Amino acid sequence: MSTITETLLSLLILAGAAFTFIGSLGLVRFRDFYTRLHAPTKATTLGVGCLLVASSIFFSVTGEGLSLHEILVSLFLFITAPISAHLLAKAALHLRLPSSVALPLEPSSLPQPLREE
Amino acid sequence: MLSMALTIAFALVAAAFVMSLFRLLKGPSAPDRILALDTLYINAIALLVLLGIHLASPLYFEAALLIALMGFVGTVALAKFLLRGDIIE
Repeated sequence: MSTITETLLSLLILAGAAFTFIGSLGLVRFRDFYTRLHAPTKATTLGVGCLLVASSIFFSVTGEGLSLHEILVSLFLFITAPISAHLLAKAALHLRLPSSVALPLEPSSLPQPLREE
Repeated sequence: MLSMALTIAFALVAAAFVMSLFRLLKGPSAPDRILALDTLYINAIALLVLLGIHLASPLYFEAALLIALMGFVGTVALAKFLLRGDIIE
C-alpha cells in the first residue's frame, strides 16, 4: 500500500469516527427531543458513510478487484435514515413532547377560517 | 499510520456507544429511547466496518448489512407503535 493511499484511508477513518462521535455527543448534549433527533440522524449517517468509503478503498487496494459491497450498505443507510427520523418526529409530535420552541398547532384547534377544507 | 488511525477511531466509536447507552437508559421519553437504539445500531455498523479493516477480512460486511436491515425494521416498528398503538393494522 502506498503512502498516499494510507494517508487517505487514515483521514477517511478519522473523519468517519469523529462524525460518529459528534452525532452521539449531540444525542447526549441537546436539550429537547426535536434537536436531539437532528444530531445522530445526520452526523452518524455521514460518519458511517466515510468509514464505508474507507473500507471500500482498503479492500479494493489489498484484495483482488474492485470491492463494492460497501456501496450497498451505505445506499441502504442513506435511504432509511431519513425515513426513520421522519417517523420518530411524527411519533414525538403525536405525543406532544416538550420543545424549547412552540410546537405547531393541530389543525383541529385552529379557528374556522384558517382551517383547510 | 493506518493502525494508529484505527486505534483512535475505535476509541471514538466506543465513546459514542457509551453516550448512546446513556441516552437509552436516561430517557426521558419513549422516542428518545428509540432514537438512542437507532444510534446504537448505526454505531454497531461503524464498529463492524472498522473491525473488518483492522482484521483485513471482508466477512464483516454481511453482518453490517444484516444489522442495517434489521435495525431499520425495528425502528420503524417501534415508531409505528407509538404513533398508532399497533404495528400491523
